[in-house]
Amino acid sequence: MRIATGIRRALPRLALAAAVTVFLGAAALAPEAAFAAEPVAAEGAKASAFAPAPTLTTADYPQIRGFNGRIAVWLAAQLHLWFAAFVLAVPIFVFIIEAIGMGTRDERYDRLAYEFIKVSITAYSLTAILGGLLLFFLVIFYPHLFQYLAGIFRESMIWYALLFFAESAILYLYYYGWHWLQGGFAKWVHLTLGLLLNAVGTTLMFLANAWVTFMMSPAGVDAAGVFSGNTWAAIHNALWNPINIHRVVANVAFGGSIVGAYAAYRFLSATTAEQKAQYDWMGYTANFIAISALLPLPFAGYYLTAEIYAYSQQMGITLMGGIFAWLFIIQAVLIGTLFLAANYYLWCGMGRSDGAVRYNRYVKYLAAGIIVAFLVWFTPHTLILTNEELKALGGPYHKILGPLGIMPAKNIAVNAMILFTTLSFLMYRRANKIPTVSWVNAGNATQAALFTAGLLNIFFLGVYHGYFTNTVYKVASSIPQVLTTLAIIVASTVIDTLMYRGAKEVAPLHWGRVSDRSQYALFLLAVAFTWLMGLMGYIRSSLRQHWHVTNVFRDASPDAFTPTLGYAANVVSLGAIIFMALVIFVFWVSQVSARHTTAVGYWKAEPAR
Amino acid sequence: MSHFLKVVAFSLLVIAFFTGFSFFGVPQIEPAPPPKEEAVERGAMTIEQFVALGKKIFDGKGACTLCHNPVGGRAPALERAGIAAVERMKDARYRGAAKSVEEYLYESLVKPSAYVVAGFGKAGTNDTESPMPDASAGSIRLSEAELRAVVAYLQDLSGVEVTVRIPTDAGATAKAQDKPAQRAPAKNAEELIAQFACTACHKIGAQAGGPIGPDLSRIGASRDAAYLRRAILEPNADVPKGFAPGVMPATYGEQLYARELEVLVAYLAALK
Ligand code: HEC
Ligand code: HEC
Ligand code: HEM
Repeated sequence: MRIATGIRRALPRLALAAAVTVFLGAAALAPEAAFAAEPVAAEGAKASAFAPAPTLTTADYPQIRGFNGRIAVWLAAQLHLWFAAFVLAVPIFVFIIEAIGMGTRDERYDRLAYEFIKVSITAYSLTAILGGLLLFFLVIFYPHLFQYLAGIFRESMIWYALLFFAESAILYLYYYGWHWLQGGFAKWVHLTLGLLLNAVGTTLMFLANAWVTFMMSPAGVDAAGVFSGNTWAAIHNALWNPINIHRVVANVAFGGSIVGAYAAYRFLSATTAEQKAQYDWMGYTANFIAISALLPLPFAGYYLTAEIYAYSQQMGITLMGGIFAWLFIIQAVLIGTLFLAANYYLWCGMGRSDGAVRYNRYVKYLAAGIIVAFLVWFTPHTLILTNEELKALGGPYHKILGPLGIMPAKNIAVNAMILFTTLSFLMYRRANKIPTVSWVNAGNATQAALFTAGLLNIFFLGVYHGYFTNTVYKVASSIPQVLTTLAIIVASTVIDTLMYRGAKEVAPLHWGRVSDRSQYALFLLAVAFTWLMGLMGYIRSSLRQHWHVTNVFRDASPDAFTPTLGYAANVVSLGAIIFMALVIFVFWVSQVSARHTTAVGYWKAEPAR
Repeated sequence: MSHFLKVVAFSLLVIAFFTGFSFFGVPQIEPAPPPKEEAVERGAMTIEQFVALGKKIFDGKGACTLCHNPVGGRAPALERAGIAAVERMKDARYRGAAKSVEEYLYESLVKPSAYVVAGFGKAGTNDTESPMPDASAGSIRLSEAELRAVVAYLQDLSGVEVTVRIPTDAGATAKAQDKPAQRAPAKNAEELIAQFACTACHKIGAQAGGPIGPDLSRIGASRDAAYLRRAILEPNADVPKGFAPGVMPATYGEQLYARELEVLVAYLAALK
């Protein structure tokens, strides 16, 4: 199949084209914004080179009949984000796996790392194309907004374009040079390329995050939106770092889940036991990565929320109250799905070990614990609504469930869920091992005591702060709770590692000995993550309500209204389906290059020499 | 079925479930539309309408109920705000410049940190900084007239005297929704007095009138404008000796336009 190779060759070129679009777009529009600024500057007492945010009317938003500009921008942005998250995340864990391979000199890791990066390489071009599409739609449908942002971020947009070139160059070198740069010094050069790739990629994302967060929590501009000229202030706005952190972690989890789905699919269609073993291992590793990143996510999320409150209590309450209170119910369902799917996969995976029978009876208690925690998390709080919304709903209270709905109860639930998942992990690790140290019983007792004490402490903290102190202290419980959880994860891992040092294996793990059904847990994980990201993209934008840039630049378009959850769900689902279709295409293309067709009699016989 | 189709079908089902849950698992609430800039209308408004406007802003555009509501516990209840104001201004922690309840409430809206109700400050500021946004700026951005309307509403709500004057130039920057049938505004005080038949009970200036109410021929000599304004809006607030309360109609506040009230008060105050 030469075509596929052709496509593979052409895609980088398309990527370049897209990058050029981005670059030219930014370069062409930015100066225009600066010119537009000049006449206005004169009226300020101290002359400023920058214009205030414009006051627009509906007429300032170009309309194309039969084409909804907001949905176009929304979908392009979301698809771009999905692909970007994926291609930025994969190099992070490819780097780690490659390093592990170098450390252990186990070539399987190197092959795995290569297969991971191969999956992301086609996605990279798509990321660029979608980025170009987003820019295109923004310029067409929201020209003034783009101009205003370009006026402020002119320099960083150019940097973005340059970094994008650098990222492409390094990525292609890293990928195409994989088999070339092997052994000794060359391998170190290759690993360094991986590090560089991650450094550039992360910087790239942080820059883009600055534009998004500027729109949420503008800085470096005055109340009228006049830019002070301090680009760093605009970049380093209140929500920049919270979103940077949340995104890096979420991206890794998301990237892991997508690669997991890829492995699951390859597992299902594998024909030989060897292939099955290989893809089972790949799926397991990807899932491990996804879950490791999933565990700290709720904390990153709460940190982001806390910073939103600190930035503006009004925005915080808009986030957690009103209609978005219901969004968090949907979020809870999704996150519960993630935790359940991940645990289910682990439990199924215990079948790979002959020693797992010893632990099977605990699974049902873990399942029950996770489900109870999930239900508590899922319980809505008394909702804070505006009067109109109250009328539409018929009342704000969940009278019976109210006490379970408040934040401290949810904090208990989240922490418990994380601890139960940790237990699943420990159990999985132990399944195939028989400890040989003399203090096994003491060790087990310590572990049991640790988890029991930890859960009780989390429970006590939550109940005490949540129900016996006043509102302001309600959230005070979350920090000691989180610390308890982290302490338990660290301590129990340390104890288990020591306890199982030099442990005997029951029998070699039977990679590939796992049910087809367990693979669907990996698909579930990937789909739920994708959808969750789409949903959170909606709330991130909706928080600004009818503002392009919060409190500074008003959205006067006919689409300034906040869409209902159902409407948003439709758009998110549509995006998720397009994303899945593209991902399938990407995977197909990455497989196709391995196929060879011998077209007998097609080529003229080579002249004998 | 091939694995491919099974996986696609499974994924679509999962997406369908999430979408379905978003439709049927949670109520579909139409989020409030973006607030409209109230059309500037050079009309006129009674004090009652002004209070009603304040309530409308409080519940809607002002976004006050986001925090000030009975369930959230995020902000103090305002049912007693007008009464509490008196003690707040005497408090050692008070850093504002208000001298009256009206000024205090107004200040609360535009400089929330002037006094921070104990326990409600921003975390870590030891109640020196209020989490409440400046209602005249930011995303709430109420106009001067709207702010005053809210203060009037808060005074009315806490059962203290509504002292807010309707800004006459902005007659009503915003108009109340449920405005009764329009009446053409009177041109001057004489016309008003005739129209409302004040002389049925009062002697006013040079005009003759009935003995039921006090003689107002030289009322400006003994009463100031604030007193007169209140006497018209709330006749039963101060009842002069020898007259019965409840006789003078208490409905003028609803009937008079803001500007008319001022014209009338100025006219009476000038009768010396
Ligand atoms: C983001 C939440 C929030 C919003 C929105 C908000 N407030 Fe407040 N408000 C508070 C908090 C918290 C306090 C208590 C701290 C303080 O005294 O400043 C307060 C205090 C007050 C006070 C002073 C109460 C007293 O007894 O001293 C008044 C009056 C008031 N708000 C009116 C309003 C009005 C009117 C609006 C709408 C225009 C509004 N608030 C919007 C949070 C809010
Ligand atoms: C039905 C009879 C009646 C009518 C009509 C009436 N008043 Fe009065 N007014 C009274 C009485 C009785 C008092 C004294 C008791 C009180 O203050 O309620 C009074 C008091 C007053 C006072 C306070 C005098 C003082 O020294 O305390 C003012 C000012 C006044 N009226 C103005 C007006 C104006 C202006 C109008 C027309 C818009 C009007 N009144 C119409 C009966 C009336
Ligand atoms: C287990 C818990 C959580 C998971 C799995 C999770 C997952 C995610 C994911 C995948 C994204 C998209 C990241 C991206 O766009 O790059 C995201 C974004 C977001 N999350 Fe979370 N999150 C969690 C907790 C929370 C919490 C508790 C909050 C706040 C209440 C929160 C608020 C947000 C917001 C506002 C965004 C949008 C920011 C952005 O566009 O990046 N999250 N989350």
